[in-house]
Amino acid sequence: MDYFVLVIAAIFVNNIVLAQYLGNCPFIGTSKESGVAIGMGLAVVFVATMAASITWCVQKYLLGPNDLAYLQTICFILVIAALVQFVEMFLKKVIPPLYKSLGIFLPLITTNCAVLGIAIICQREEYTLIETIIFSIASGAGFMLALVVLAGIRERLDLSRVPVSLKGTPLALIMAGLMSLTFFAFKGMAS
Amino acid sequence: MSLLWKEFSKGLWTDLPPFKVVLGLCPVLAVTKTAYNGFGMGMAVIFVLTFSNLLVSLLRNLIPAKVRIACFIVVAASLVVCVELLMQAYAYPLYQQLGIFVPLIVVNCIILGRAEAFASKNPVYLAVADGLGMGIGFTISLTLLGSIRELFGYGTWFGLEVMGSWFEPFSFMVEAPGAFVCLGLMLAGMNAFTNWQRKTRGLDAVEGPVHDCKTCGLCAKKPAI
Repeated sequence: MDYFVLVIAAIFVNNIVLAQYLGNCPFIGTSKESGVAIGMGLAVVFVATMAASITWCVQKYLLGPNDLAYLQTICFILVIAALVQFVEMFLKKVIPPLYKSLGIFLPLITTNCAVLGIAIICQREEYTLIETIIFSIASGAGFMLALVVLAGIRERLDLSRVPVSLKGTPLALIMAGLMSLTFFAFKGMAS
Repeated sequence: MSLLWKEFSKGLWTDLPPFKVVLGLCPVLAVTKTAYNGFGMGMAVIFVLTFSNLLVSLLRNLIPAKVRIACFIVVAASLVVCVELLMQAYAYPLYQQLGIFVPLIVVNCIILGRAEAFASKNPVYLAVADGLGMGIGFTISLTLLGSIRELFGYGTWFGLEVMGSWFEPFSFMVEAPGAFVCLGLMLAGMNAFTNWQRKTRGLDAVEGPVHDCKTCGLCAKKPAI
């Protein structure tokens, strides 16, 4: 039951983009077409889950016992950078079809703050390994949900007439604001 | 000297982040609940950006092209750790307010974008001028956005009561939706101003700067880590 609450909280109540302001650059940057949005979303779910579980182990068995907590940021970002590169090579070699659909998004993920953000949140909330894995899958799914919905809205918006100054990023941000307002309805359902 | 001024001043208007160069949106949205938080975040970014530009520019001939992104990340991450420790020592309340966004400076596209696009190709004095200018521009933008949101959301400015007792603060502005809408409207205002300027010169209206991850120069090329 606790895990169910964790999932609902991560997807809807504390949505990683719309309530926690993480991963906004890819959120605005890759939401022009829904195909691209789905690819980016899947890549984030995949990498965030792996990164969060590996950094959890790094923190627990390497940094914690040796009193190196102040190196957390630098270690985590290096783990993520290496992981992304490794995943890319692995997919290229072993599952070429998956690499074809996700490959172009993988390099963008190193500098996606949602991935590092999820890893750090898991540490600050002191989750166990199971909770970390569930939380990161759910957060990634929340990111994907927001991204796909925004992409759908923006595809529609392309067909309508809007003032030239509002076109593109400004309108996307305002739409994101309205979506965020909608997600506000979930506030208080879980902490 | 004029070249130095040019590199410094471009961050203040022509390439003003995040309005003209739409980068590093997460801290822009997240920490601008109050003007003070925005200003504090800006200060941290000035520090990291200036020193990362300095170091990257110093090391630009030593860093092999293939592993350059990894090197930039290590430089930025070391500086962010410095900022974290300094803030914990001297500005602990601010550190708690900014929370997770202090360690996340390391993945702020502005830092890596400037390292890749400018500092790794230019001499040290220009790189430092560029970092300072961009950092100050970023701070001004954050403080401005924070001021607007704080003014309407709490009726205060830098914690001082400015609106009278008749004012009913609308909390929309200090919550997540307000951040998105406020930044969107400010970007639109900026584009409208640019288009008005172009109109007076007899040019056609153009769409505002696109937010593409491509603008940071990292995503356009495949980072070789």
